[in-house]
Amino acid sequence: MSYIAKPAVNHPRAPRNKLGLTTRDYEGTVSTLCAGCGHDSITAALIQAIFELDLEPHMLAKMSGIGCSSKTPAYFVSQSHGFNSVHGRMPSVTTGANAARADLTYIGVSGDGDSLSIGMGQFAHVIRRNLDMCYIIENNGVYGLTKGQYSASADIGSIAKKGPANRQMPIDPVSTAIGLGATYIARSFSGDKHQLVPLIKGAIMHKGFALLDVISPCVTFNDHVGSTKSYAHTREFYHHVIDADFVPPATEIEAAYNQGAAMPIELHDGSKIVFRKMDKDYDPTSRAAAFSFLRDSVRAGEIITGLLYVDAEMGDMHDLSGSVDQPLAKIPFAELDPGAENLAKVMDRYR
Amino acid sequence: MSTSNDVVIKIATVNGTGSASANGLLLKSIFRMGVPVVGKNYFPSNIQGLPTWYEIRVSGDGHQARAAKVDLMVAMNVQTYAQDLGEVAPGGWLVYDATWPRSKLLDRDDITVLGVPLSRMCNEHFEGARSRILLKNIAYVGVIAALLDIDLQVINQLLADKFAAKKNLIESNVEAIRIGFDYASENFVCPLSSKIVPMDKTAGRVLIDGNTASGLGCVYAGATVGAWYPLTPSTSLMDAYKAFAKEFRIDPETGGKKFCIVQAEDELAAIGVVLGATWNGARAFTPTSGPGISLMTEFIGFAYYAELPAVLFDVQRTGPSTGMPTRTQQCDILACAYASHGDTRHVLLFPSNPEECFSMALTAFDLADRLQTPVFVLSDLDIGMNEWMCRDLTWNESYKPDRGKVLTAEQLESMQKFYRYLDVDGDGIPYRTLPGVHPKGSYFTRGSGHTKYGSYTEDSAAYKEVMDRLLVKWTTARSIVPGPDIEYSKFNKMAILSLGSCDGAVKEAMQILQQDSIGINYCRIKAFPFNDAVKEFISRHELVYVVEQNRDAQLRSLMILDLEVNPACLVPVLHYDGLPITAEFVTRRIREELAKGEAA
Repeated sequence: MSYIAKPAVNHPRAPRNKLGLTTRDYEGTVSTLCAGCGHDSITAALIQAIFELDLEPHMLAKMSGIGCSSKTPAYFVSQSHGFNSVHGRMPSVTTGANAARADLTYIGVSGDGDSLSIGMGQFAHVIRRNLDMCYIIENNGVYGLTKGQYSASADIGSIAKKGPANRQMPIDPVSTAIGLGATYIARSFSGDKHQLVPLIKGAIMHKGFALLDVISPCVTFNDHVGSTKSYAHTREFYHHVIDADFVPPATEIEAAYNQGAAMPIELHDGSKIVFRKMDKDYDPTSRAAAFSFLRDSVRAGEIITGLLYVDAEMGDMHDLSGSVDQPLAKIPFAELDPGAENLAKVMDRYR
Repeated sequence: MSTSNDVVIKIATVNGTGSASANGLLLKSIFRMGVPVVGKNYFPSNIQGLPTWYEIRVSGDGHQARAAKVDLMVAMNVQTYAQDLGEVAPGGWLVYDATWPRSKLLDRDDITVLGVPLSRMCNEHFEGARSRILLKNIAYVGVIAALLDIDLQVINQLLADKFAAKKNLIESNVEAIRIGFDYASENFVCPLSSKIVPMDKTAGRVLIDGNTASGLGCVYAGATVGAWYPLTPSTSLMDAYKAFAKEFRIDPETGGKKFCIVQAEDELAAIGVVLGATWNGARAFTPTSGPGISLMTEFIGFAYYAELPAVLFDVQRTGPSTGMPTRTQQCDILACAYASHGDTRHVLLFPSNPEECFSMALTAFDLADRLQTPVFVLSDLDIGMNEWMCRDLTWNESYKPDRGKVLTAEQLESMQKFYRYLDVDGDGIPYRTLPGVHPKGSYFTRGSGHTKYGSYTEDSAAYKEVMDRLLVKWTTARSIVPGPDIEYSKFNKMAILSLGSCDGAVKEAMQILQQDSIGINYCRIKAFPFNDAVKEFISRHELVYVVEQNRDAQLRSLMILDLEVNPACLVPVLHYDGLPITAEFVTRRIREELAKGEAA
């Protein structure tokens, strides 16, 4: 995790938002992820989105669990509090944080390991509570910090850097979230900032649980031949990595594509990943339509991206439990204390 | 020989037959006659059909511990009849349902067996299978009232209070009690030679269970977030918090709740919710028991190292593993003291009765905020779920929560720079900031290695500096946790050291031993880390009996670890069969040890 502060140099003509802040004011410490990591692109998109939303830095809370993805809250908005919790448990911490201070904006950053294995239970239950938060899964199909084991989102047939092809069914966070009743569900690609920034903004502004599944290739452990979550084309520019301890310099793929068009990325063995934007007339308010569309796309070998489902009507956790509007942690003690007289009355019931 | 106000009544019934309300009625009637009384429930981990017992100890002297005898057995459960018959003390009585014939094999010459055709009488008087079953259990209250001379007026008044809104229920209950009462009066010599005589010893007292008192304590401490996963025997704590919060914490204008209860998916999540809430400045808690503590340990270690407050109520039950979920023990002392991997240690509080559950709930929140660390309140099933007679819980209106060192926006504004883990005051407790207060207060809360400035580190010296500062905080904790209760005479060479729900049995045992001129001093631990008074107490004795309710002498081990006491001075006295400890057990074990000493 980074502890290297960035030099505070501001370009005099850098654009300022309504608070008079520049994107530099929303940055964090220097990333210690591998050069070219998709996660850093997501961090950049987050900074852009938060800047554009004119959020006060100290009114933002950055939450995470454990893993490469969970380190990233250190890399944006230094002036907000961050909570790097334990593996797979970010949803429960965010639930408690939100219970106490519903007035803050919560951005949770997780990964496919953190959310879909150890954290699967908490991921499911935070959806049930419709907690008001933006939940980003930086999805690369692999465990980076422990050097390249499959994650639960690895596709069937995807080949690990060492060892055989994966034969277990992947867990797809998007269709899982649709099944569980999440109220804002989107998928994007770390290499497509153009698409990502508005989706993040929507997720932050959505009142309720917003899931953003972002395909974010791991340049070190899942960027090889046969992987279904690789930046295959980087081979054209850089030498392929053999030694796991050697981290190559790399740049992110910039997937530019037109609305509605599928964009195939050809892999070394001839297989393809296809990013496709949603059709113009796709209805993101129908859970059933979203579900069947997703299922069809999986069969076709495509990765569907964009805003897939939205329900802006369902109340969040506090609506469901009937909390007062005032954030609970800000209620003065005098208003919480029932007083001596009431205690005496209570005592009379126990005689 | 005739005795008054010294009788143990045990009622054997079938779980799920409404006997709880009958037993409660009996308990409260005696209490309202001004006579000290305590009720203990020995129930199965079951909803309906298994055997269950309720034991009422009437003690004019005010003893609260379980008695090791039964004077009057009400054997309403044929499944356990033989066992129940065997438990009656010689000279005692057994009441059974004489509707059906009883095996002649099940007889004893040294007790009086009283048959009452309860089922037959209830079938004649009431309609409907369910109400016949329920009222049969109410009817034995009438029988006991006649046998022990309990005031029927008091019972009827209790029923009127309880069913104020349901007149027809009052009538059928009063009728059932009268049937039992009349039958006993007409057929037996009433009252028995052991009876209940009105006293004036319950004024200013209540009959309350520890979980209710703890839940009430959470409301009074200003806790706004409660997270939990239902787990026997802690469940009723959150039930109580919820009920009192609904009563006292609803905004009169909007109807909104000034509290939030999260029933989490499991204990791992429950403690996560607590930490998220305290990180954001709320007072938050979770009630659980041993199995829940096992699940929470990872986050407990996180809270220790990241220095977040949390209050955990561990209502201990019999372990290991699932153990006996509805039986009591003090078996989580070590698990809580050192919960989690790595070098961790935690503040523990040991209430000995419901009154202390209330006061220690407040102490726990104050200590957790002040020390920025998890604080455990270790009660047990006996305290948590049984009704104890204790002094009225009272409230000091001048109470102000100790929120510890939390910087305000103004303080942050005037600071050059804020660093999270600096020991500014030399007490090992750093200053903390809350999210949403000021941009200068931001820091990254993490369980990974960090420097005193709050940043990530893998530097040996910087890591060690923080770990050593946490020990300074531990020393501060030692000086501010509640001190022990000590009964000391310089003439006594021996002492008992104990904690929690052992208190009643120990005090009673000391009285019994005193009658044989065996003088013993007493130190009741109220908290871990043990403060200096405990070490001082131990050093003044040649021999200290450590009385506790677990197999492995966990309190004794903790003493040796924390105070570096010579283990030879600490003699374990261990009760761990799942039932509450008795004075009889304590005296027997101490006499055994004394005999060993004399033989040697």
